[in-house]
Amino acid sequence: MTKKTTEELAKIASQVRRDILRMVHAQNSGHPGASLGCTDFMVALYFKILKHNTDFSLDGKGEDLFFLSNGHISPVFYSVLARSGYFNVKELSTFRKLDSRLQGHPATEEGLEGIRIASGSLGQGLSVGLGAAQTKKLNNDKGLIYVLMGDGELNEGQIWEAALYGAHKNIDNIIATVDYNRQQIDGPIEEVMSLGDLKAKWEAFGWQVIETDGNDMNAVVQSLERAKTMTGKGKPILNLMSTEMGFGVDFMVGTHKWHGVAPNDEQLANALGQLEETLGDY
Amino acid sequence: MTKYTFTDKKDTRSGFGDGLTELGKTNKDVVALCADLTGSLKMGDFKKENPDRFFQTGISEANMIGMAAGMTIGGKIPFTGTFANFSTSRVYDQIRQSIAYSEKNVKICASHAGVTLGEDGATHQILEDIGMMKMLPNMTVINPCDYNQTKAATLAIADFEGPVYLRFGRPKVPVFMPDDKPFKIGEAINLVEGSDVTIFATGHLVWEAILAEEILAEKGIKAEIINIHTIKPLDVKAVLTSVEKTGCVVTAEEHQRNGGLGDSIAQVLMQNNPVPLEYVAVNDQFGESGTPEQLMKKYGLSASNIVDAALKAIKRK
Repeated sequence: MTKKTTEELAKIASQVRRDILRMVHAQNSGHPGASLGCTDFMVALYFKILKHNTDFSLDGKGEDLFFLSNGHISPVFYSVLARSGYFNVKELSTFRKLDSRLQGHPATEEGLEGIRIASGSLGQGLSVGLGAAQTKKLNNDKGLIYVLMGDGELNEGQIWEAALYGAHKNIDNIIATVDYNRQQIDGPIEEVMSLGDLKAKWEAFGWQVIETDGNDMNAVVQSLERAKTMTGKGKPILNLMSTEMGFGVDFMVGTHKWHGVAPNDEQLANALGQLEETLGDY
Repeated sequence: MTKYTFTDKKDTRSGFGDGLTELGKTNKDVVALCADLTGSLKMGDFKKENPDRFFQTGISEANMIGMAAGMTIGGKIPFTGTFANFSTSRVYDQIRQSIAYSEKNVKICASHAGVTLGEDGATHQILEDIGMMKMLPNMTVINPCDYNQTKAATLAIADFEGPVYLRFGRPKVPVFMPDDKPFKIGEAINLVEGSDVTIFATGHLVWEAILAEEILAEKGIKAEIINIHTIKPLDVKAVLTSVEKTGCVVTAEEHQRNGGLGDSIAQVLMQNNPVPLEYVAVNDQFGESGTPEQLMKKYGLSASNIVDAALKAIKRK
């Protein structure tokens, strides 16, 4: 894969945001808010950072592997997989429909290329990533493991079990990112369940923490490049990535209200008017 | 007629431990994870001989299950070990999503199942695990009856592609199965042929069924004893063939009556050949502290309970 410039990545991100909105609108169902917020990260990962092969193999030997723990942001995952060549972009039109491979939350049962494990029930992806990271080590495979979690998801106890384990066992071939948009379904995190000093928490658990502006493509790329240089040093890496839910659409940005709500026809037209069609709609 | 005797008593968990140790030597892809119960699960030898393939997870069962699922990606065959309660009810959602739905090649190995865990009491005596695990699509459920069968099952599941729940126990129980019998997943074993009643038994209750058969024989009743070691997929053909001959059934298991082996067999009979069926199982109760023998008696899981159930089933024919 050719390495993209920041401008090229930004153009892809604009198209991915269009895909997300059109997918969710078409079935009047899905989670646009955090999908839009994580678009820059997902585009940077799949079009710049990951060493990966779109001729998909589940074992991914020799490749970097990505695991999405907060499975409800499947629209951005599917769009990025399709746009990077795992499957035909036309299939995005089947999202959440009967007999589709693009299930509401990512699944392996239908054999969708790019998906290695189901996610949706929260809190499980970091454990899965640590397991895959250990298998990489056993196989003497230099590929890295990337995991994305939501911040609301950090309410789940399993995440902190995994955090303990990763540091205790010196799992240093994993880069986990927290989408820190400070919103969850019932409202702002500070109201629902405060996470306190998240950076200090992860550091106290023994992780190397970097902070990223997740909606600045240049910053996202630089952070991930830096994270890569921090691997292999005996400690797992946590990328605390601040984003705005709904980023890219003025009336969706910064609120939990678009967590799991689809735009109507008028809202879709308004939103698409703010996002350049750069690669052609599916 | 085959008569079953034993000279030795061993715990089924040691069958698992010894099987795992053997796999450590023969299958380089086998890895083991344990949630702070290495001694209880008899995983110490595997750990000692394969330190790089043994993963201590601490008392973090959810993380252990998730990691096991992740470890399959790249070709490892993870065996997880903890008590049956913590292997199932505590981590049901993790198993459901990350292993069963995701079709991951993880072997969930669960010791101290049922009331025969004994003195620790009801918090640890899970009696609902077979039901929970058999309900999950893609899950194979195995409950061997003695040391030899547990060891053979441990070896067999490593060669089987797909999620497996392997259930075994704590106490020393008679070793009566041959030590050279390969384990065939999903294939019931006819231990004693008979014509008056079929007793389908699993786990620790298989030996009780053998004892019951001898008591029934003294009364002139010929009981057929079938060992259902694989509860899912159930050997439907073996069930129906036997019932065609005997016309009534007793099911025997160290598990809740709701959702256990008995219900699986009842389902097959209702659809194909509805004959009288009596359950020997725990009936909608939690266990309690006591010795295994006391608890088997109090909760109606002994040979005498199987005899009574058989007489009742025959009477209902």
